[in-house]
Amino acid sequence: MSLAKRIIPCLDVDNGRVVKGVQFVDILDAGDPVEVARRYDEQGADELVFLDITASSDDRETMVHVVEEVASQVFIPLTVGGGIRELSDIRRLLNAGADKVGINTTAVNNPEFVRQAAARFGSQCIVVAIDAKQVGEGRWEIFTHGGRKPTGIDAIEWAKKMASFGAGEILLTSMDRDGTRDGYDLALTHAVSEAVPIPVIASGGVGTLDHLADGVIEGRADAVLAASIFHFAHHTVQEAKDAMSARGIEMRALDV
Amino acid sequence: MATVAVIDYGMGNIRSVSKALEHVSGATRVVVTHEPEAVVQADRVVLPGVGALQDCVSELKRLGLDEVVKESIRNKPFLGICLGMQALLDSSEENGGTEALGIISGETHHFSDQLKAVPGTDALKVPHMGWNQVHQVKRHPMWQGIRQDSRFYFVHSYFVAPADDAVVSATTSYGFDFTSVIDQENIFAVQFHPEKSQHAGLALLANFLSWDGSS
Repeated sequence: MSLAKRIIPCLDVDNGRVVKGVQFVDILDAGDPVEVARRYDEQGADELVFLDITASSDDRETMVHVVEEVASQVFIPLTVGGGIRELSDIRRLLNAGADKVGINTTAVNNPEFVRQAAARFGSQCIVVAIDAKQVGEGRWEIFTHGGRKPTGIDAIEWAKKMASFGAGEILLTSMDRDGTRDGYDLALTHAVSEAVPIPVIASGGVGTLDHLADGVIEGRADAVLAASIFHFAHHTVQEAKDAMSARGIEMRALDV
Repeated sequence: MATVAVIDYGMGNIRSVSKALEHVSGATRVVVTHEPEAVVQADRVVLPGVGALQDCVSELKRLGLDEVVKESIRNKPFLGICLGMQALLDSSEENGGTEALGIISGETHHFSDQLKAVPGTDALKVPHMGWNQVHQVKRHPMWQGIRQDSRFYFVHSYFVAPADDAVVSATTSYGFDFTSVIDQENIFAVQFHPEKSQHAGLALLANFLSWDGSS
C-alpha cells in the first residue's frame, strides 16, 4: 500500500511524426504520435514523455497540435521536452494539454529560467532533464548538444541546484549508456537520487526488463524511462510491469 | 442542456480537465470560463488547479470568482481538484501562511515537515508524485464502479488536514495516512488528478456528471 514506481515510454517526435522507427505489428500508423500514445496507454504506461527533436523552430507549432490531439484521447500525465526557451513556450504546451515540460539546454544556459518557470507554473510541471557523462570515478559532468558539448558542470551538484531552484523532478539520462542497451548507469542514478529530495527518472541504456527493475532497486529511481525496448515491440509495458512486480516493486495494475 | 463549468483562473492544466470531462460528458456541455455569471448559470462546477495556492486564491479574488465559488458550493454539485481542494480550507502553510476560502475547516501542510516527524520516511521524495492508492473510508455515489484502493495520479507537496474527521472520504498512505478526498454535502474534493488517472479518473468524472449532490 504505497506509491507505485512508474514506467514511462519516451517518444521522439520530429515535425509531428514519431521517429526512431516505432514498430508494432498491428498498428496502422506507427509514425502517428496519437496512435502510439494510445497504444502505450492501453498497455498500462504510467506517463508518457514526448521529446520534440524538430530542428526548425518554425515547426514547433506542430508539436502543440500533437499535444492537443494526444491530450484529448489519452488521460495519463504527459511531459513534453525539447526546444523550450521562453516562459511562453511552457504556457503554450500546458494550454495544449501537457502536464509537465522538460527543460534541458535552456536550464544550463540560464539556470534562473528554472526558478522563473517554477514560480510561474508550479514545481509540479517543471522537469529538468540532465544529460550526464562519466568523467572519473564517481564523477559525472553535464553535456549538452546530444552529449557532444561538455559544460564542466558536475551532474550531482547541478541536480541539487535545480531542485533548490524549484524543479519538481529530474529526468536523468546517461549519455554513456544511451542507445547501448547495456542498462542504466546505476551508480549515476543512485548518486543523483540520493542527493535530491525530488523524484528522479532513470533514462538511457535499457535493453532488458531486468534493467528497468535494476533502475529502481539499485539506482533508487522513482520512475524508469525507456524507448526502444517498447517501440520495437520487444516487450509491452504490461510485461515490463510484471517483471518489475516479480522483483518486489510496487506497480500500478491496469484495472479500475 | 445541462452544463458543467470548469473555472479557469489562468493557472495549470485547465485543458486537461476540460478534455477529460468532454470525454465522458455525454449530454452535458463543458464550459471553461472565468466569468462569474457562467459559473452561476452552470448546473455543476469544477474548480481545478495546480501550482501555488497563494496565486490560486488571489486570482479567484481578482476575477470576482471567490464569492461565486462560495455560492456554488451551497447549491450545486461541486468538484475540487488538487489546489481546488486546498483552496476550500481555512489556510495553508505555503509561503509562510496563505489565507484560503475557509469553506471547510482545517489547514494545509507541507509534506516535508510531517515526513521528518515519522521515523524512516525522510527519504521519501517531495512532491508526492505518481500513482497511489485511494482508500475509501465511507460509501459515496462518487465512488460508484470504482474499486476500493484504486490508484490515482498525484502530484503535490502539500496535503489537507481537515478539522472534522467526518468530512474525510478517502485516505492515501505516503509515509503516513493523509486525507486524499473530502466530501461534505454537495462538495467532493480530491487531492489527486482524475483527469490524469486513466480509467479510474474518468469513472470518477463520469460519476460527478450524474451526481445529484447528496451523499
